[in-house]
Amino acid sequence: MTPEFEWKTTREGWGHGLVDVGMTFEDVVVLVGDLTGSTNVNFFKEKFPDRFFQMGIAEQNMANVAAGMSLVGKVPYYATYSAFGVGRVVDQLRVTSGYTPCNIKIGGAHSGISVGPDGATHQMMEDIAILRALPNFTVIAPADYDQTRLATIAVHEINGPCYIRFGREKVPVVTNPADSFEIGKAQVMAEGDDATCIAYGQMVSEALIAHDLLLEEGITLRVLNMHTLKPLDEDAIIMAAEETGAIVTAEEHQIYGGLGSAVSQVVCQHYPVPMEYVAVMDRYGRSGKPEELLDAFGLRHNNIIRKVKKLLDRV
Amino acid sequence: MPRLGWNANQLQEKALDVRRDIITLLANAGSGHSGGSLSCTDFATALFFNRLRVEPREPMWEKRDFWNFSIGHVTPVIYSVMAERGYFPLKDLLGFRQFNGHLQGHPSAHDTPGIEVSAGSIGQGLSIAIGVALASKLDKNPRHCWCIMGDGEQQEGSIWEAAMSAGHYKLDNLTAIIDVNRKQIDGDTVDVMNVEPLADKYRAFNWHVIDVDGHDIQAILAAFDEAENTPGKPSVILARTVMGKGVSFMEDKAAWHGNPPSHDEAKIALEELGTDYDTWYKRLAESEGSRP
Repeated sequence: MTPEFEWKTTREGWGHGLVDVGMTFEDVVVLVGDLTGSTNVNFFKEKFPDRFFQMGIAEQNMANVAAGMSLVGKVPYYATYSAFGVGRVVDQLRVTSGYTPCNIKIGGAHSGISVGPDGATHQMMEDIAILRALPNFTVIAPADYDQTRLATIAVHEINGPCYIRFGREKVPVVTNPADSFEIGKAQVMAEGDDATCIAYGQMVSEALIAHDLLLEEGITLRVLNMHTLKPLDEDAIIMAAEETGAIVTAEEHQIYGGLGSAVSQVVCQHYPVPMEYVAVMDRYGRSGKPEELLDAFGLRHNNIIRKVKKLLDRV
Repeated sequence: MPRLGWNANQLQEKALDVRRDIITLLANAGSGHSGGSLSCTDFATALFFNRLRVEPREPMWEKRDFWNFSIGHVTPVIYSVMAERGYFPLKDLLGFRQFNGHLQGHPSAHDTPGIEVSAGSIGQGLSIAIGVALASKLDKNPRHCWCIMGDGEQQEGSIWEAAMSAGHYKLDNLTAIIDVNRKQIDGDTVDVMNVEPLADKYRAFNWHVIDVDGHDIQAILAAFDEAENTPGKPSVILARTVMGKGVSFMEDKAAWHGNPPSHDEAKIALEELGTDYDTWYKRLAESEGSRP
């Protein structure tokens, strides 16, 4: 039996989270690069028009205008697709917001292959690698609507540049709004002793399906929701290595420089165990329906199951 | 007193000191950018000693005017005017580009008190100043924002994204100063990639444009007044300058963009500037801090 999920978009979680955090803190301002509706900052705009800044199609400017606002006490959140809000402005993020550092919050919409019909240019799958390499950045990729909402509120507490990644399509709701959300603390989504799947974003739900299907064969798969990619919860990874002896990572991101690389580094240093990777294998995306693409790029629960079995053959 | 309001004569004398600091710290460091530092010296001195409302011993004072050099490479002039203005002791200038000093090759907010934002990749600073200006308007904070850029820097596309947004938001609390010294690393700006006519470009982006001799301090002060008092749009001061100004063998030569004088060259330069290397080195080394 696979679980029945409720489906909601993560970007709506960001949009509602912005209203929440904007109500609590007057220093919150929101900037957008001509994508008000599709990044769901329209909720904030309606509620706080004076604190909303339309910056047009000029992301390099937007990133550093946000940085400037932070110098005089604002906590700016800027929203665009991650292809532009990260990819286009790496230099601004490196020199100004990272090095200074500046207290800005980036909402990166339309990340991952599941963006679908827009195709490769809009399916950002290098953002985690880029931002994990920049000192001072906090990098978060929440699993669902509720977690994105909580993350959007939580980053206000961090004095430094933060990135929140979210997708385009509706994804299964796998967390509970009452769950605590702690930046840098992985969430155990399912218990298991035979192997661990460490995932983030939409892949958490795929891992949970894999967990249920493997259970029918008597295999217990621990599922860790590694919603914070930096700082990484090393303790949870080491514990998974020690207690389950095999790890597969799953992510809608390139194989190089993502969660798989990050977890490998921790595992190799502290407690080497066999590992496998579910990720995009060093290629660009393409147009298609989200589910077609997830299948074609091998980012499904059956891919996780196959890798788990491969691991169990080795240990 | 946050704003010093010095007159042209006082500023002229201070600008001479700043040039002497620049040559000394560059020769001492053995690397760094001479040409643009010297072309910026007169208006930078006027900005810090006449215009800016700042509290150097309390750099984050809430009502401070905002200033940033988008041309991060002119740290010799930035650090010299900062030290002369009292942000840190003059002797720190001798630690420029040294491992144990706090004065990095390019401005680092992490290392230097009073540097609010790191810089060094040109084309980024105007957007930062715009962010401060927008936030200040939102807060009804009366601060004025000053951003210093280079003319070669105008080749960066991000400058025009920024210029467009400052015009769009009618940021009359923002003034950009462009050091138009007509030189960049590879030669004359007009040959490398012509940025002129700058005045027409900025006017087309809805800015108020002030064209001025960047070494005429009276004219610079008048330009500051005009910029601060022009309502409804941002102002840009096109400061027409000479690269390497004040040192005969450096003047108008692109080769001095990124090079320091040798010790022998510094001795000649300081003689031209009315002092000698040992005297000026000693002035810096033995200082315990400076407040104007």
